[in-house]
Amino acid sequence: MLQLENVTVTQDDFRLAADLTIREGARVAVIGPSGAGKSTLLSVIAGFYPPASGRVLWQDRDLTDLPPGDRPLSILFQDQNLFPHLTVAENVGLGIRSDLRLSPEDRGRVAEALERVGLSGMGDRRPGTLSGGQQSRVALARVLLRARPLMLLDEPFDALGPALRAEMLDLVAEIAGAMGATVLMVSHNPADALRIAPETILLADGRAHPPRGTAELLENPPPALAAYLGK
Amino acid sequence: MPSRLTLMAGGAAAFVALLTLGTLAAVIARAGGAGWPGVADWAALRFTVLQAALSAFLSVACAIPVARALARRRFPGRGIFITLLGAPFILPVIVAVMGLLAIFGRSGALNGILGAFGVEPLSVYGLKGVVLAHVFINLPLAVRLILQGWLAIPAERFRLAAALGFGPRDIARHLERPMLREVVPGIAVTIFLICLTSFAVALTLGGGPKATTIELAIFQAFRFDFDLGRAAMLAAMQLVICAATAALAARLSLPPAFGAGLDLAAQHWDAASPLSRLADAAAIGLAALLLLAPLAAVIAAGLPGVFRLPLAVWQSALWSVAVSLAATALALLLALPIALGRGRVLEITGMLPLATSALVVGTGLFLILRPVASPASLAMPVTALVNAVMALPFCLRALIPAARQVEADYARLADSLGLTGLARLRYLTLPRLRRPLGFAAGLTAAMSMGDLGVVALFADPDRATLPLQLYRLMSAYRMEDAAAAAVLLMALSFALFWLFDRGGRTDAAA
Repeated sequence: MLQLENVTVTQDDFRLAADLTIREGARVAVIGPSGAGKSTLLSVIAGFYPPASGRVLWQDRDLTDLPPGDRPLSILFQDQNLFPHLTVAENVGLGIRSDLRLSPEDRGRVAEALERVGLSGMGDRRPGTLSGGQQSRVALARVLLRARPLMLLDEPFDALGPALRAEMLDLVAEIAGAMGATVLMVSHNPADALRIAPETILLADGRAHPPRGTAELLENPPPALAAYLGK
Repeated sequence: MPSRLTLMAGGAAAFVALLTLGTLAAVIARAGGAGWPGVADWAALRFTVLQAALSAFLSVACAIPVARALARRRFPGRGIFITLLGAPFILPVIVAVMGLLAIFGRSGALNGILGAFGVEPLSVYGLKGVVLAHVFINLPLAVRLILQGWLAIPAERFRLAAALGFGPRDIARHLERPMLREVVPGIAVTIFLICLTSFAVALTLGGGPKATTIELAIFQAFRFDFDLGRAAMLAAMQLVICAATAALAARLSLPPAFGAGLDLAAQHWDAASPLSRLADAAAIGLAALLLLAPLAAVIAAGLPGVFRLPLAVWQSALWSVAVSLAATALALLLALPIALGRGRVLEITGMLPLATSALVVGTGLFLILRPVASPASLAMPVTALVNAVMALPFCLRALIPAARQVEADYARLADSLGLTGLARLRYLTLPRLRRPLGFAAGLTAAMSMGDLGVVALFADPDRATLPLQLYRLMSAYRMEDAAAAAVLLMALSFALFWLFDRGGRTDAAA
């Protein structure tokens, strides 16, 4: 269970308040107009931006003062998810040990993870030689090996075309299902949210509203969301 | 990582502060006070500022037409010429001086031509010579930096200007002059600063009461009078004007360091007139002549004799390579933690050597270390140490922007993966900094290889670096050997730079 307990975030004259709970194993979309603070909310959970007040808890454990790498989560950013100077296998191996001292057994797991995301045999390539979709798969293979219970997606597939994006979302759902992970996904595309996230957090008017059913929310959007969706 | 890194960065900065300010303090303490400047000292100050100002002004003024010509013309050999413009900065100063003497000296090529027309021979010593040498060294640097400014003007602007029917005058007014106002002050102040602490040029072409720089006066105070108090006072004087200049330079913008992508030439529609073609050809031709003729003269005079050089010269070449490699390793060990640690205090400390007298650093070190070791055995290690510290600002200038870029691009990802400590250094920082590290190493190695400074004060007769050996050959008028040694020195400097710089570029696929 992920809890945002009376969290407030301030950045210059921007303010965001969040007081909500996400069940373990839930898949939740985060929707809202641009500038509402979707990425900021994820940054706070991931530990890149300290909240002005309040606490972030996972299974009742306070995460607020933990550095990003020690939090029970994996995050995928909009870009720069891979180190271009390391090979695909090294990038994935970072999910096992960040000092990359991998045993033969670990290497086997890296190969397995690559196979799982459909990239078997590509371990020696550099990210620059892969397509955008393949790069996303590498990052997902690393998420798989990190095996953290919480997955944060900050629009990592945004640069991909619609078909490829749908494919990646299905892969996310599959991986999260296999790991039993809780997913929190920023999206500005209602179709994406409907596709894999049964619940949605709406960010509007300086507030992150508690999760509601995605389909229901999109059918009866409150005024702020309706304006954003153009309905 | 932060705590350990902060510790290492602080340690490196403290070491640099000890070497720069601590050595000055040691000299002052030994002298029992620093005294007050006399007539000769004020004269040295005046000459130093005058020659530096003239050198900076002439370098920049001559560089502008050359940079403009290179920005708007494409011709075969343009790329090679731009690469060659990087050479004088890593050319050993003493070799540059030899080349200039071969062209502009009393029996040089120019006076030969003038003599044929019955013109009195020109003298290349004193203010004229010092400024000429500084322009020779810094003009190419200025051209490269200004060219960068020119290429930073988006090509679309020139297209728009052509669409609006701008003539050359309008382009100068709306595009070029605003750019120049932006970049030229920073470049001029940088060259001014480099010329303020000039030693080898002043030692070989200056001298006498009318043409002595502060650094040369410090040398004379040590060497001839062993007047530590006067040397310390002069060093303090130098520190003040250099620090003030450096503070000024820090407020002015420079184009991003040492230019990538200078091979581009934006298409220009404004330069089709025959007159502008002629002007550009003349600018490039004259710059090439000034740059290449002295080098060609040295090579022509020295190349045949290289393999007949006496054994002592080869020995000093070995010493120089050893000193240069040690200085390079040390400079990187100091520069890397400072560049990664960031923070104002660290950066300012790292720039301190720009304001410091290398001779005072060396002498201070001798005074500090004398109780534990004999001066003769210290000459080479102290030279390496001083060279490392003096190269530090240039290393930092290459490393700090790159380190910032790595942080901006990958810090979040590395943090989210818990990549810290040595693993972060090995898998993120070092691979991403390969190029600037290679460049910084090459620069340090070449500068140290060609340095004629501290070693001139302390080396004993049978152990010398190659530049010192070359200076001795010149002083003894053994010009044939001197020219051959100059070729050897130049080859070693360029080879060291090339090897390190190249090393940073291999495997740079990503």
